[in-house]
Amino acid sequence: MENKANDYAHINGWGIDADPRNEPTYPLKNWTGDDHKRLNWERPPLQPVTVEVLHSNERPNLTAVFGTSSPPSGLSGVIRRYAFTFSESEYGHWLPLLIADRVNVVEGILDDLTRGHIPNIFAEKGWKADWQHNRAGLVKNVLVTAVIATTVVALLSRNKTNRKRIANKWRWLT
Amino acid sequence: MLAMNYRGPYRVRADQKPMPEILHPSDAIVRVTRACICGSDLHLYHGLVPDTRVGTTFGHEFVGVVEEVGPSVETLKVGDTVLVPFNVACGKCAFCKQGLFGNCHESNPQATAVGGIFGYSHTAGGYDGGQAEYVRVPYADVGPTIIPDWMDHDDAVLLTDVFPTGYQAAEMGGIKPGDTVVVFGAGPVGIMAAKSAWLFGAGRVIVIDHVEYRLEFVKNYAQCEVYNFRSMRDPVLFLKKATDWFGADVCIDAVGSEASGSALQTITGKKLMLQAGSATALHWAINSVKKGGIVSIVGVYGPTDNLIPIGNVVNKGITIRANQTSVKRLLPKLIDHIQAGRVDPKAIITHRVPLEEVSDAYHIFSAKLDNCIKPILIPPSARK
Repeated sequence: MENKANDYAHINGWGIDADPRNEPTYPLKNWTGDDHKRLNWERPPLQPVTVEVLHSNERPNLTAVFGTSSPPSGLSGVIRRYAFTFSESEYGHWLPLLIADRVNVVEGILDDLTRGHIPNIFAEKGWKADWQHNRAGLVKNVLVTAVIATTVVALLSRNKTNRKRIANKWRWLT
Repeated sequence: MLAMNYRGPYRVRADQKPMPEILHPSDAIVRVTRACICGSDLHLYHGLVPDTRVGTTFGHEFVGVVEEVGPSVETLKVGDTVLVPFNVACGKCAFCKQGLFGNCHESNPQATAVGGIFGYSHTAGGYDGGQAEYVRVPYADVGPTIIPDWMDHDDAVLLTDVFPTGYQAAEMGGIKPGDTVVVFGAGPVGIMAAKSAWLFGAGRVIVIDHVEYRLEFVKNYAQCEVYNFRSMRDPVLFLKKATDWFGADVCIDAVGSEASGSALQTITGKKLMLQAGSATALHWAINSVKKGGIVSIVGVYGPTDNLIPIGNVVNKGITIRANQTSVKRLLPKLIDHIQAGRVDPKAIITHRVPLEEVSDAYHIFSAKLDNCIKPILIPPSARK
């Protein structure tokens, strides 16, 4: 504090009310003053980069360690790379990432199929547990889905028939 | 090895995946003996966290046995039984050096706003998590802690996140002896927050939720008052009346982005994803707390924006305190609480499920079936 006071001797009253006990982050943070050294700590050794790792443009480099799970690939990877051209403060970062996640689901199904694995989506969704603990709810969900699907199909096919009938009715005009 | 494999929203399965390898001199490979599903894993499971990639393995609450260590690891050796805090923390950056192990700046290249977390999407570092037979643990000298001989491993696994997070929620509340503390959410973290509030001298602890079996559990476990918000028209008005029209001294949001209770929040936050989740609990916390009171947030929200009454924060002079839990900082104190018998975390475990049945475990937890409060997964190698 004394050293700093010399630096700011030209400002009358500089730091006169500073109170080291007035630390709103206590007890979460043990204030050491290291924040003012910024990013200049002694870094751990750096993990070799063996897969593509995207990094936030709000930092200058990769962190010393990182996960290597599921590197970006395919169309979702293209979208993710685009997302990382925006800062974490922008929707341009997060919305493309959410879109990429949904694209990635389709890629995952295609990947399963190309490996000869047909995903059992009902099992993956835990329907066995539903059958055990929520049978009435499961049956209701299945019935509601079936009714909605049937209604949609019926409406679509009726529209098709109607369109044909109307087309036939006015054919004499052409 | 067998590992949980995310395939898309509401779709997970157990699959064979390659064994993890030492990728950094400070790494360890841990053979997992227990791994919990966390309430925050459900945000991933529901597809709400951006950059959750297909093929990743979730799981940030796990314990196990050290199988292999990197050349620079000094404090752990092969065969040690360890609990692994959910934060990946270097111990060297400005944030770790000041005890902010949940905000490490050397563990997550993908985002600066959050430190590395095991198995919590690429937004939290892209690490495969512990819902697997084996897991890579970076900075093995910093986070992992050897489990004391006397400690039940079910207690140990709850020290990796749930108990510290509930405790830190109460700690951030700055509870004064005699304070009225309202906890929104009777999930595992809310339960531990209610229990911890007494440790700081709360005079009254109130828990608000809408799931009856959880309210019943927390009422008995944490000896607190419980209320179902479905049974009242306006929880904020109810709490004002319950506190002599003054407001609670401290409100804790232990729900986060999937809160129920407001159609507007549910539609815009959970269904249409126009905001970073439904902020109903935080909204109620801000409006229920007294003027000059403290709102402590440990519920998880997404990285964009939320609808909350920020004007009331200003007008009431509310202090908002929030953070990812600094597990490492809290461990000595919490281990002492368990040893002294003040807190029994393992009592919240309701389901023990083989890792092979991970799809069912997620669905049971997500849909709140079978009175589920806390499920843990047991890998096949730990059952031999």
